[in-house]
Amino acid sequence: MFSLSNQPLDPAALKLALLDPRAGACVTFEGWVRDHNDGRAVRALDYEAFGELAEREGTRIVAEAHAKFGVLAIHAVHRVGALQIGDLAVWVGVVAAHRGAAFDACRYVIDEAKARVPIWKKEHYADGASEWINGATRGDHAG
Amino acid sequence: MPRISIQYFALLREQRGLTEEQLETNALTPAALYEELRARHGFTLPANRVRAAVNGDFVAADAPLRPDDQVVFIPPVAGG
Repeated sequence: MFSLSNQPLDPAALKLALLDPRAGACVTFEGWVRDHNDGRAVRALDYEAFGELAEREGTRIVAEAHAKFGVLAIHAVHRVGALQIGDLAVWVGVVAAHRGAAFDACRYVIDEAKARVPIWKKEHYADGASEWINGATRGDHAG
Repeated sequence: MPRISIQYFALLREQRGLTEEQLETNALTPAALYEELRARHGFTLPANRVRAAVNGDFVAADAPLRPDDQVVFIPPVAGG
């Protein structure tokens, strides 16, 4: 499943929902808010989503990953709202019988989500300026 | 003229100064509607950087628009 949250994410609680006796591997990805981007000092972010389509497209991505990699369960959650440096912006967890499929599916979900899900990020810089980021690409950088 | 609902997010929301509006338009496609709005409101994103959604799902820029459709123009996404 893919969902949005306007509350802080709790990775330990999220992982509990993936527990499965058939699973031999659990891969999780955490995207954190970092203090710089493209050479500029960042002090905070706002995330905004087109909620209905974000959840629909995210759910499609999760279904694609299930079909491609044959994993047992996938859960991805993306924050919306005002975030500070170090906050958890996105969490993806995958469990599978073996680690290869879990790694591959986790990478697929975060890369596709960044490229396709209608979520937008506004960076607030240390110099007082703000900007909507326009740089969605697949897999160029984490976070 | 047919009436269309439009919802704005992110950069387009700020440039329009609204989150949603209803509009009577002769635009037959999302692409034509975007050009109409861009000319009126000075949106900085060119049409080829914006995707369209109608009634909650992605559509092609040249898909037909129908009366009472709910249209969202989607600037380049930046989750993660």
